[in-house]
Amino acid sequence: MKILVCVTSVPDTITKITLTDNNTKLNKAGVQFITGPYDDYALSRAVELKEQLGGTVTVLNVGESDADPVIRKCLAIGADDAIRVNAEPTDAYFVAEQIAAIAKENSYDLILMGRESIDYNGGQVHGIVGEMLGLPSISPVMKLAVEGTTAKITREIEGGHEELEAGLPLVLGCQEPIAEWKIPNMRGIMSARTKPLKVVEATGKDTLTHITNYELPPARGACKMIPASEAETLIKLLRTEAKVI
Amino acid sequence: MSVLIFAELDEGALKKSSLEAIYYGSKVAALTGTSTTAIVLGEGNADELAKAGRFGATKVLHASDAQLNEGNAMAYASVVAEAANQEGADVIVLAKSSLADSMAARLAGKLKAGLAANVIELPDVSSGFRVKRSIFTGKAFAFTELTAEKKILAIKKNTITPEETEATATVEAFKPALNDTDFAVKVTNVEKATGDILLPEADLVVSAGRGLKGPENWGIVEDLAKALHAATACSKPVSDLDWRPHHEHVGQTGIKISPNLYIACGISGAIQHLAGVNSSKVIVVINKDPEAPFFKSADYGIVGDVFEVLPRLTKAVQEL
Ligand SMILES: Cc1cc2nc3c(=O)[nH]c(=O)nc-3n(C[C@H](O)[C@H](O)[C@H](O)COP(=O)(O)OP(=O)(O)OC[C@H]3O[C@@H](n4cnc5c(N)ncnc54)[C@H](O)[C@@H]3O)c2cc1C
Ligand SMILES: Cc1cc2nc3c(=O)[nH]c(=O)nc-3n(C[C@H](O)[C@H](O)[C@H](O)COP(=O)(O)OP(=O)(O)OC[C@H]3O[C@@H](n4cnc5c(N)ncnc54)[C@H](O)[C@@H]3O)c2cc1C
Repeated sequence: MKILVCVTSVPDTITKITLTDNNTKLNKAGVQFITGPYDDYALSRAVELKEQLGGTVTVLNVGESDADPVIRKCLAIGADDAIRVNAEPTDAYFVAEQIAAIAKENSYDLILMGRESIDYNGGQVHGIVGEMLGLPSISPVMKLAVEGTTAKITREIEGGHEELEAGLPLVLGCQEPIAEWKIPNMRGIMSARTKPLKVVEATGKDTLTHITNYELPPARGACKMIPASEAETLIKLLRTEAKVI
Repeated sequence: MSVLIFAELDEGALKKSSLEAIYYGSKVAALTGTSTTAIVLGEGNADELAKAGRFGATKVLHASDAQLNEGNAMAYASVVAEAANQEGADVIVLAKSSLADSMAARLAGKLKAGLAANVIELPDVSSGFRVKRSIFTGKAFAFTELTAEKKILAIKKNTITPEETEATATVEAFKPALNDTDFAVKVTNVEKATGDILLPEADLVVSAGRGLKGPENWGIVEDLAKALHAATACSKPVSDLDWRPHHEHVGQTGIKISPNLYIACGISGAIQHLAGVNSSKVIVVINKDPEAPFFKSADYGIVGDVFEVLPRLTKAVQEL
């Protein structure tokens, strides 16, 4: 079983977003970067499958060297090796091209990603990569089991879920509860230092989108407090003032 | 030339979010001087197709092959790509949904199209083609230039308020070439709550957290939701504990919603929870702790015990 897990290095979920350079850049000062939470689910399941079925887990990031700590953490969690395509990941199509190029060279049985990045929330890289490789892509995946060359998958749909079966290889966008997030242990952290992290240059430079500037949402007005003893007033206000019911 | 809208059927009816997408698409067509075509996949009756016209489509392509009744993202992407080529559509519009998101990603790959997800306004076409989209799950917005010839806009709920008119659309049967490889993924079972208001589609949402103490107490949440015709949602620990199904979990790692009204009961308001609900138009928080962080992000608040407050609210709604 050869598994590729694509991971993003993204601001921690508790980050308060601020802007710099005349609102053309996100302010990275003081921001803690983490593995995308959905990517973390994908990685955890990949490591479990490796433990169960044997094989290798390779981690792939398209990014600059500031992503290396996140990649090392993935190695500490149990990936065997890592590849970083050295480029600024400014566009999903560009990122997908890089992932597809690596996948073509290495023929993986499974290419696992997160359902979406938690920074740009595109939810598209798995679909584009699937298309580029001529492989099925499925997202968001809640459960994944492998039996021989068949994957059994539970996918979330609106108001429920569906069970799917497909032959490998596959591209999957993962979410909970596919696995529990794994925390690296001391042995993992030590061994991660010597596991291979190969840095390669990007192929192609097609970008289809370009961010010109950013904006922060306006603050909500003050919260109008209603005493619990007059709870019914809330319903009146929702009808007459907020006009939402 | 036209703007093509992917309009989704759910249990035979056009989804509300798709009507919004059709209306949005008609406005984009007006801005770019093109026409509005909607594509509908799977069996659907004439009344539903006519609805597309009333919300702004001038033409409806209907691919009624029964093989398309089940939402299959890969097959759908092939069909929509074929329709886009036939119509010479450079702009494709859809409402975000579990199916549409997967379809759009494949379509972006097929057409080499720039895909902007979570678009929240009409595009600016004064020079180039620029959209405003929500990023960081609602914590910021990015103005994004779509530089490719083909563009896909996935709009977030409540991006535009659709207006229904008496207009009619011409309906054309669309017979795409269906490809076996698009059906390589077999659906073996589907479990879906029927008759419920789908959470991502809902205008009103009643949500509850760990403050409810246990799944046996959800009756008071459901009663209020029922009285309001609202959908129910929950915080992550509640779905992690299996008190509620996972598809009700909202937040950073769950479903992202933007309803008109979000009522949070016994939820503390962690930043990861807020990320999924902060684009709701009006937020109401009911929490017994006056220091609960959620009050800082709310429009209306009640400091009180949900077990007392919720039944009173339900009664007040019933008496409206
Ligand atoms: C300085 C800067 C400028 C940017 N400018 C733009 C811009 O102009 N337009 C734009 O659309 N985006 C821009 N981005 C965001 C960038 O495109 C995304 O971070 C990423 O390339 C894909 O975005 P997505 O949200 O569509 O990913 P999604 O499709 O949501 O990601 C799904 C999954 O794909 C995998 N994946 C995504 N990105 C990577 C990656 N880099 N390496 C490995 N795996 C990955 C992960 O498993 C992820 O969970 C910019 C980012 C930076 C840092
Ligand atoms: C990477 C990451 C991703 C995450 N993603 C999500 C996500 O998508 N969604 C999400 O929800 N969380 C998410 N979380 C978890 C989040 O940080 C919080 O732990 C979670 O939202 C708390 O849920 P809660 O508000 O239901 O519970 P609690 O924080 O325990 O809050 C319960 C609240 O109920 C109140 N209460 C208790 N009894 C009563 C009563 N009788 N009447 C009224 N009020 C009462 C209490 O005062 C308290 O404020 C994520 C965390 C991480 C680290």
